[in-house]
Amino acid sequence: MLLWIIKNQLFKVLVGQAEAQSFMPAQGSEIAKSVDSLYSFLLIVSLIACVIVIGGMIFFAIKYKRKSDNDKTAYISHDTRLEILWSVIPLVIFLFVFAWGWVIYHEMRTMPKDALEIQVMGQQWNWTAEYKNGVKSGEIVIPVNRDVKLILSSSDVIHSLYIPTFRIKQDAVPGRYTALSLKAEGTGEFHIFCTEFCGTSHSGMMTKLRVLSQADFDKWLAEEGDSASLPLAERGKKLFNIKCTACHYANEDKPKIGPSLQHLFGQENHPVESGVIKVVDENYIRESILYPQAQIAKGYGPRSAMTAFQGQLSEKEVTSLIEFIKTLK
Amino acid sequence: MGHSAHGDNYITAEKGLMSWFTTLDHKRIGILYFVSVMSFFLIGGIAALLLRAELFSYNAAPNVGEIFKNGDVYNQVLTYHGAIMVFMVIIPGIPAILGNFFLPLQIGAKDVAFPKLNLLSWYCLMAGAALAVTTMFTTRIDTGWTFYTPYSIRTQTAVSMMVVAAFIMGMSSILTGLNFIVTVHKLRAPGMTMHRMPLFVWALYSTAIIQVLATPVLAITLLLLAAERTFGVGIFDPKLGGDPVLFQHFFWFYSHPAVYIMILPAMGIVSELISTFSRKVIFGYTAIAYSSLGIAAVSFFVWGHHMYVSGQSELAGTVFSFLTMLVGVPTAIKMFNWIATMYKGSIQFASPMLYAMGFIFLFAIGGVTGIILATLALDVHFHDTYFVVAHFHYVMVGGTLMAIMGGFYYWFPKMFGKMYNEFAAQLSFVFIFIGFNVTFFPQFILGSMGMPRRYFDYIPAYQPLNRISTVGSWLIAIGFLIALYTIIDGLINGKKAPNNPWGAKTLEWQTTSPPPVLNFDHEPVVTAGPYEYK
Repeated sequence: MLLWIIKNQLFKVLVGQAEAQSFMPAQGSEIAKSVDSLYSFLLIVSLIACVIVIGGMIFFAIKYKRKSDNDKTAYISHDTRLEILWSVIPLVIFLFVFAWGWVIYHEMRTMPKDALEIQVMGQQWNWTAEYKNGVKSGEIVIPVNRDVKLILSSSDVIHSLYIPTFRIKQDAVPGRYTALSLKAEGTGEFHIFCTEFCGTSHSGMMTKLRVLSQADFDKWLAEEGDSASLPLAERGKKLFNIKCTACHYANEDKPKIGPSLQHLFGQENHPVESGVIKVVDENYIRESILYPQAQIAKGYGPRSAMTAFQGQLSEKEVTSLIEFIKTLK
Repeated sequence: MGHSAHGDNYITAEKGLMSWFTTLDHKRIGILYFVSVMSFFLIGGIAALLLRAELFSYNAAPNVGEIFKNGDVYNQVLTYHGAIMVFMVIIPGIPAILGNFFLPLQIGAKDVAFPKLNLLSWYCLMAGAALAVTTMFTTRIDTGWTFYTPYSIRTQTAVSMMVVAAFIMGMSSILTGLNFIVTVHKLRAPGMTMHRMPLFVWALYSTAIIQVLATPVLAITLLLLAAERTFGVGIFDPKLGGDPVLFQHFFWFYSHPAVYIMILPAMGIVSELISTFSRKVIFGYTAIAYSSLGIAAVSFFVWGHHMYVSGQSELAGTVFSFLTMLVGVPTAIKMFNWIATMYKGSIQFASPMLYAMGFIFLFAIGGVTGIILATLALDVHFHDTYFVVAHFHYVMVGGTLMAIMGGFYYWFPKMFGKMYNEFAAQLSFVFIFIGFNVTFFPQFILGSMGMPRRYFDYIPAYQPLNRISTVGSWLIAIGFLIALYTIIDGLINGKKAPNNPWGAKTLEWQTTSPPPVLNFDHEPVVTAGPYEYK
């Protein structure tokens, strides 16, 4: 009994110690804590295993170092009992770890009922979160202490939504839906990365998860919902920040992945790969958004890295973007 | 041809470059592979150094220049690094170089079963490699070595050309595997029963089975991908009603067993080295031999552990996690057997043994982190982060490359009849071993912190560990330069090697160094197992 308590306590201390040293990000949810406990357990077991294997090797290497060319060695061809022992012990540990990992995984994959559902669309190279009331956001904004379900998809290639603080990740696959659930324990801002290779600006496909209090969240959602009454250019600016900033600067006259859009509208003799555009007007910008391969800005050819937005944006959204680009003086 | 004077060895028997390009001698073909694979390794290695140099700083960091002008170039370099190292270095590495040279010698055969097929295999690899290198001068390729759809369908880079190259190189792998299987079954010397075969031969035999069974699946998958790009068939492209995740299933159905194509021969070499340099019978011969076959068999049923977060069902993920745990057991058995072999041995710290011990050290770390990644809930966090990058480099570089180096130093005297400079060889080990850990251990921590792989740029918090990692890559480079020097110096200035410099018991050491054209002056008759140190 006493032994059991000592072992149990020792185990807790060890796991706690390992957690502190494991370099995992902050724990954003209950799931993150369970994942870290399992990881800490495995770190300890791994450490012990490595000490046995590597330590044993070094110990034998030193102890049985060759002394002369006539050294006599033992002839030990096998030992069935020992071999069974070191087959069964790893097997038991592996199966235990498998079961533990499965339990947590099952919890991750079980979608909560009555969750707040948010559609998240991946596209080269941005994420768009869309809420039930039609609000679109480049950051995923959620309320604290509430079950949230992110329904993922992609409009072009496979992406993967990864939130390290919550230890969750799921591929966003074109042509189908996948889902992630999370329940944030505290407010704050957390990194979101794309973890499935998706081309030129894969590493630039980052955004934030913003966890707000329920009151702040409601306020945010309502304010964003009012954007229908905003002037066109303002709406365009919001959309630009979601869809375009991964590749274009709006207020700095320098190239990013694509050319800067400052001073673009109204420019005369704008250089493109096939010659010049006499005057940059609404039609040129519209074409560049919907069919980027039609005219490619000088220096960005022979093919543009930009994805075609044809079918991705509504008429109104295209117009609002053009209105915003017009204001970039 | 073939009329060699008595006393000639396989190197001096014929003269001129053409005699090498038309040779049917398995030993000469082994040397051809050696020269070509090492050249590929140089290209892949330079790509790795460039990647690490780029990652020395995050892109907006003050006072640093850029190595690559944008993400596209970085993505191309990382693709070539991966594709070259996997398809042109690690997969052909041990079987085609050391396997070709020593499999017939170790079983007392005059050659492999199909010498012409053997030469054809080399030409296949070279043709594929030439095509792959040619893509570098076209639009290049930027998909990563995994060619995931639908990105690989959409990208405007030279994907079709590259997959045709991989297809041709796959032929090389299949033919080599076929050759080895037949050789093992048909050409063993009198008395060389299956259970008297050296463990390196067992490992090559298990590997050959995987090569023959798994590679055609990759070949078909790659052809489908090329067809999809060219004709718009619609198997993988969701826009045409295809399923992009299907590609991942096909791809990993080959590429997971391929991981064992890379590591099993390495384990075979380590068995030879540990036994020879402990001067002791290998502990648990039967267990090691059959665990190779066991690993080969189970390896076909674990591919889905690459896909826990791909959208495959929870049930599928669970089954694959379970099976992956099972494949860990025979691997653990081998580790314990090697260490038990050292017990009460007479251990000589020659450079091949240092590499073997380096292998065990690094493979232990690669192994335990493999269990961590096989665990469902943990892999969700670690998948496609630097943790995975660190893990598979520990297994493939720490494992396979260590074994190649160890095996090469071990058999160098037999291959060329000369000894190398032992001090230089040990120095190269020290640099490679330390450099390797400095490069890749920090990547485990980066992965824990959440840094995704295949990233051209990263958040500033990841910079310090990336810098350590980059410095480590320079140490590895120095190590390999020293190794290159050791080899060249050994070839030119090396002292004449005795027939059996290490006192090993396997058959290749019974013949002269370097061996005659037909391997043995008299057909050997085998009366005992391969490791009878009594």
